[in-house]
Amino acid sequence: MTDKAMPPDSPDPLLDMADSLRQEVGPDFHDRLVESIYTDASQIASHTVTHDGERGRFYWDRTLDRLLTSRTWGFPIMGLMLMAVFWLTISGANVPSAMLADLLMDKVYNALHGAASALSLPWWLSGFVIDGMYLATAWVVSVMLPPMAIFFPLFTLLEDFGYLPRVAFNLDRLFHRAGAHGKQALSMMMGFGCNAAGVISTRIIDSPRERLIAIITNNFSICNGRWPTLILMGTIFIGATAPPALASFAAAASVVTIAVLGIILALGVSWFLSRTWLKGETSAFSLELPPYRPPQILQTLYTSVIDRTLIVLWRAVVMAAPAGAIIWLLGNITLGDASLAVHLVQLLNPIGLLFGLNGVILVAYVLAIPANEIVIPTILMLTLMVSGSDAVQAGVMIEMEDQTQVYNVLVNMGGWTLLTAINLMLFSLIHNPCSTTILTIWNETKNLRWTTVATLLPLGLGFAVTFLTATVARLFGLV
Amino acid sequence: MAVTVQTLDTLAPGQKAVVKDLAVEGLERRRLMDLGILPGTVIEPELKSPLGDPTAYLVRGTLIALRREQARHIHVVPLEEEQDEH
Amino acid sequence: MNTDAVMPKAACATCSLAQNARLIKLGIETGGWDYVVALAGNPNTGKSTVFNAVTGLRQHTGNWPGKTVTRAEGGFIYDGKRYKLVDLPGTYSLLSTSVDEEIARDFILFGQPHVTVVVVDATRLERNLNLVLQILEITDRVVVCLNLMDEAERHGIKVDDRALARDLGVPVVPTVARRGEGIPELLAAIAQVASGEYATRPHRIRHLDPEVGQAVERLTREIEKTFKGLPNARWVAMRLLEGDERIIEAVRKHELGELAPAAEMASTMQPALETA
Repeated sequence: MTDKAMPPDSPDPLLDMADSLRQEVGPDFHDRLVESIYTDASQIASHTVTHDGERGRFYWDRTLDRLLTSRTWGFPIMGLMLMAVFWLTISGANVPSAMLADLLMDKVYNALHGAASALSLPWWLSGFVIDGMYLATAWVVSVMLPPMAIFFPLFTLLEDFGYLPRVAFNLDRLFHRAGAHGKQALSMMMGFGCNAAGVISTRIIDSPRERLIAIITNNFSICNGRWPTLILMGTIFIGATAPPALASFAAAASVVTIAVLGIILALGVSWFLSRTWLKGETSAFSLELPPYRPPQILQTLYTSVIDRTLIVLWRAVVMAAPAGAIIWLLGNITLGDASLAVHLVQLLNPIGLLFGLNGVILVAYVLAIPANEIVIPTILMLTLMVSGSDAVQAGVMIEMEDQTQVYNVLVNMGGWTLLTAINLMLFSLIHNPCSTTILTIWNETKNLRWTTVATLLPLGLGFAVTFLTATVARLFGLV
Repeated sequence: MAVTVQTLDTLAPGQKAVVKDLAVEGLERRRLMDLGILPGTVIEPELKSPLGDPTAYLVRGTLIALRREQARHIHVVPLEEEQDEH
Repeated sequence: MNTDAVMPKAACATCSLAQNARLIKLGIETGGWDYVVALAGNPNTGKSTVFNAVTGLRQHTGNWPGKTVTRAEGGFIYDGKRYKLVDLPGTYSLLSTSVDEEIARDFILFGQPHVTVVVVDATRLERNLNLVLQILEITDRVVVCLNLMDEAERHGIKVDDRALARDLGVPVVPTVARRGEGIPELLAAIAQVASGEYATRPHRIRHLDPEVGQAVERLTREIEKTFKGLPNARWVAMRLLEGDERIIEAVRKHELGELAPAAEMASTMQPALETA
C-alpha cells in the first residue's frame, strides 16, 4: 500500500542541499564512490574466494585465444570456420532435401490431387489450393528446412562457445577505420540470423551516430531468408562448374565469398556514411572477451531448431502460401492473349536483362518484400508458368525432385546463364531489407529519412552492382 | 627505484602494471571504471588483434579489449619484474 | 546468523526432484502475479540460462556481451505463489548512463520487484561484486545466485558461499544453472525473501572517505525526513550528490515519495519501465 500522506510540501530545499553538498564534495565524487565500492568488493572477495592454482586466466582460454587472434592464424581460422559451416550445410542438406521434395512434391502432391478429383472439386479450386498455395509451401519446406537445420545449430555452437567476440576483436580495426563502432561487428553477426534482430541489437551501441551506421549497414549481413537462395545458386550453378569432387567446396566458397563481400560492403558503406551524412568522432570502445564455455550440443540443437529453424520456417510458410496463391492467380487469369504473369514478366524482362537478371526475378523480389524466403519458389513457379503454357496444369514442378532438374528448368525454360545466377546471388545480398526489418528500423529510429535511406540505399547499390557485372560480362563476351 | 609513468598502450605484452590515473573525463571515464579500470587496478596486456589494434587487457580476471586511442589515456606504472611470473 | 535459512537442505538435501515438484514453469503466461522478481547480473554470467531454467522458456543464450538488449519476461508458480520473472539486460554497473543500464536501474528502482536476483560468475566474483554492492544500495530484497560453480571448480576456485552471504547480508545460492543444479535452492531463497521470511541485512558501501561519507550521511538524513520509509535513501543521496538528472527529476516530481514503503506495494503495479 502506498503511503499517500507522505509527499513532501516542497522537495526543493532537499535539492538545494544536494547542490551545495555537491559543491563541497567536488567533481570527483563518482571516482571516490566507485573506488570505495571496489575496495569493498575486493575485501569481500579476498576472504570468500580461494584459488588452488595459478590466478588469472585459465590455461586453455589463454592458449585458444593466442591461436584464434594470432597474427598469422586469426584470419585463416575465421575463413576456415566459415567454409566449414557452409560446406557441412551444403553437402549435408542434399540428401534430406531430395527426400523431402520426393515426399512433399511427389507423393503428397499426387495424393492431394487424387483426393481433389475424388471429391470432384472444380479445377480452379484444386489449382488455387494445391498448385498454388500447397506447392509454394512444399517448396519452401523442402528447399529451406534441411540447410537451416544444419546451418543454425552450427552457427549457434560457435556463438555459445564464445567465438563471436573474438571475430569482433579481430575485425575491429577495420570497423574503426570505417568510422564505425566496434560493437557493430556484433550486431552484424546477429544480422546473419535475422536483420530485424540485428537492428534491435544495435542498442548496445550508445552513440546515435554510430548506431545509425550500424542500423543502415545491417542489411549487408545475409539473413536466414537469403541463405537458401545463395546456397541453392552456389550449389547448382557454381558447384556445377567445378569437377564433381570439388563441387561442394566450390559451392561453399561461392557462398562465403558473398558473405565476405557483404562484410566489405558494410565496412565501405559505413566509411562512406561516416564521412558524409553521419560525420563525427568514433566513440570509445570496449569489448569483453568472455571465457570460452564448452558448448552444450543437445541443448544447442534444441534451441536452434526451436528458436531459429522452426520460427524462420514458419514465417516462410506463412508468406509462401499467399504468395503461391497470388502466383497461381497471375498464371491463370488471362488478359487478352496471355496470362497476367506473362504480361508482368514480359514488361519487366527488358529491365531485368539490363541488370543481368530477368523479369521473373524482379517479380519475385516484389512478391518477396515481406520475406526473402519465398524468392526461390516464386522464381521457379513463375519460370514454369511463363515458359510453357501446359507446364502449369501438368504440374511440372513435381518432377523437380533434385537440384539437377531445378538447374534444367532455369536454364532450359528460363534461359538462365551463369551471369543470371551470380547476379541473383549479388542482388540477394544487396537489395532492400524485408518489410519486417524496415518496420523495425522505423521503430528504432522513428525517423523517416533514415528509414528511407536504409531501404533505398542498398536497393540502388544492388542495381548498380548487378548492372556493372552484367556490363562487364557483355563487354568481355562472356554472355 | 624511480617510478616510471607510461601510457597503457606502450606496455609490452605480459607486462603487468598498476593504473595510476585516467586522463579522460565524463562518460568515457565512467565506462572504464565500470569495467574495473581505476587507479590502483593491476592491468596486463594479453592479446593483440591480428591487425595490431585493439589490444585485450587482463583486468580483474576478465579480458577487456580497448582501442589504442583509449589506452593512450590510461597512465600506468609497470610492476617490477620479480612480480611478473610466467 | 541467518544463512541456514537460505538453503533448507536439512529437509531434503539431495532430492532436488521433490523440490522441483513444487515448481510449475509458466513460460510467458501473464497476469495475476503474487510477486515480481527481477534478474540482474553482469554480461556472460549465465543469466539467461537461469531465466530459462526457472521459467521453462528457451530464450537463446549467446556467449557475447550485450546479447540481451531487451528485457524478457516469464513466469513460474512456486509453492502455490505466482511469480513473474523479468530478465534485465546484463550490465557491469548501474552508475553510468547507457540505455541498458538505465533499463536495469529503472526497473529495480521504479518497477519495485519484490526480489532482485543478481546472477554472479563464481569464477570472477570480485568483478561481479561491484554490481551486487550497487544493487544492495538500491534494494534490500536481493538474492545472489552464485552461478557457474562447475567452471569455478574446474579452475580450482573455491567460494565460501556462507561467508559471502554473511558479508552481503542476503541469501547466496551456489548454482550450475546449465545443469539445473541449485535451482530448487534458488527458488526457495527467492520465496523466503519475497515473503519476508528471510530478513536481509544488506551490506552498505563502507570505504567512503570521511568527507564523502559525511556528505552522504547528511543528505541521507534529510531525504529520510522528507520521504519517510524510503528504503534506499542513502542510494538516492549518492545519486543526488553525483547530479543524476533522472533521480533529481524523480525527487522534484514526487516520484520518490511513491516508492515508500516498497514492501507493501501491490504486485499488480506496472513497472515504470514501459516508458523507458
